[in-house]
Amino acid sequence: MANSFLSIEKLTQRYPDGKGGEFTVFENASFGIEKGEFVCILGHSGCGKSTIMNILAGLSEPTKGVVKMDGFAVSGPSLDRGVVFQNYSLLPWLTALKNVTFGVAARFPDWTKQQVEDRSIAFLDKVGLSGDAIHRKPSQLSGGMRQRVSIARAFANEPKLLLLDEPFGALDALTRGTIQEELLKVWSGTDQTVFMITHDIDEAILLADRILLMTNGPLARVAESVEITIPRPRVRTDIVEHPNYYAIRNHLVQFLGKRSAELAGQVSAEGETHSPQTVRIDKTRGAADEQPLLQAVKT
Amino acid sequence: MDLLSENKRAAIWSIALLIVGLLVWEMSISAQAINTGELTEYELLTGADTAKAGVPPPSEVAVKAWQELSNPFYDAGPNDKGIGIQIGYSIYRVLTGYFLAAIIAIPLGFLIGMSSVAYKALNPFIQVLRPISPLAWMPLALFIIQDSEASAIFVIFICSIWPMLLNTAFGVAGVREDWVNVARTHELGAFKTAFTVVLPAAAPTIVTGMRISIGIAWLVIVAAEMLVGGTGIGYYVWNEWNNLDLTSVIFSILMIGVVGMLLDAAFGLLQRRVAYVE
Repeated sequence: MANSFLSIEKLTQRYPDGKGGEFTVFENASFGIEKGEFVCILGHSGCGKSTIMNILAGLSEPTKGVVKMDGFAVSGPSLDRGVVFQNYSLLPWLTALKNVTFGVAARFPDWTKQQVEDRSIAFLDKVGLSGDAIHRKPSQLSGGMRQRVSIARAFANEPKLLLLDEPFGALDALTRGTIQEELLKVWSGTDQTVFMITHDIDEAILLADRILLMTNGPLARVAESVEITIPRPRVRTDIVEHPNYYAIRNHLVQFLGKRSAELAGQVSAEGETHSPQTVRIDKTRGAADEQPLLQAVKT
Repeated sequence: MDLLSENKRAAIWSIALLIVGLLVWEMSISAQAINTGELTEYELLTGADTAKAGVPPPSEVAVKAWQELSNPFYDAGPNDKGIGIQIGYSIYRVLTGYFLAAIIAIPLGFLIGMSSVAYKALNPFIQVLRPISPLAWMPLALFIIQDSEASAIFVIFICSIWPMLLNTAFGVAGVREDWVNVARTHELGAFKTAFTVVLPAAAPTIVTGMRISIGIAWLVIVAAEMLVGGTGIGYYVWNEWNNLDLTSVIFSILMIGVVGMLLDAAFGLLQRRVAYVE
């Protein structure tokens, strides 16, 4: 894990609880992400997902622990780590196109105006935005179109790590479906590493190579790392037919519904590292392998 | 039922009100009849046979306005200048004081808005200085600056600084953190962030402050010019009062209103340009 492209080492976040004591959101959380991987993190509100995201983005500092990318410790925000926020990540006084050129011009300061604009238009086109729409202000775009612009801006900058903070949380289910597919389409043409927060189990299965599961806070931990053993390219209507789909889905539902609460609130010993258990569910390897369904491998 | 648009109906009402108002004014003045009956010697001595200086009817004001506006830039000595020259002086003073205030208030407002320490440190001074009537500074300004022209500009400066300062600080402090985070994740420096993110985000609030300030500055210049004298629309009003030329007084009052409206409209235009919908 220490050799991963992105390694999170013994991350701890504590806040003063207002009564002179301290409130620990999570403690000694450690996990790694490989280059080109798409990782989703699932967990209930308050478990510190967004805090981890902000630390990865460099927008806030952890109480303890380090984040290393390519072997170097992360400090402060950087163009190497692009972020798509749930809301308000577009500047409302700029058109869709200008919002993207804003990012591209920051990423490639030596480029000419024309180069910046060409690249921006190309990436907007990749997420299905072209023509008139790109000259509109965010307020004149639907919620789905706005997030498409955010995604185009993030991908156009080719960050080493792309962080998505519940990017589709505010969208209706149908729009969410189409944009998830747009995202997969844009992502599959790259070796972009993506770390995404979501509340939506089906979304996570559709998108991710691996899903990290967090227990409830306070004292949350990243308890499991579930591999999604469904081959790509994935299409929403096809993957539900895959034998692994419901097995994985049930495992996730069970975790979020029951075990996330049961595992919560354990105080760790000094210096203990909490690495997630790798869980691999695969029912395609014949009936012989079907038992035990759940193979837990301690890494 | 709605044969005419809302705007047209409103316009018809405005014109009707104007006509009725002018008619009432005109008639109430012609009703002040001059005493033409038999006069005693005493009455003749006190001038009862001559027309009293009264409030002029609107027709006279209109004639005066036509005269003045058809030749607004004549200059026949210190006490007889065209209305255009007088208003020009006032606008020059207002804009000079106003832009000097903006140059200080907007950067300082940025600082106060961004740093809560700066806000807390400067707030007591602002709170004490802000409620002071700008004319109260006049004696001190005249004594220190020793120049009536510059003192009038200083009074404009001091009265227009506060709304701009407070609105800039308020606007900058209220910029959504997500937008600042967008700038941070794009590695924008402090200046670039200030100009490309904070300034456009706070612009509607800042321009509102600027609009309030220009309104106050135009209110204050009339009073300031009555005090310092020499030139300007405020001086003109006072001078015509001393001449007991009420037609000119009423005409210049109207001109003050029109210029104030135009100044406000210019900032209204600017406000629409920088507005955005979240």
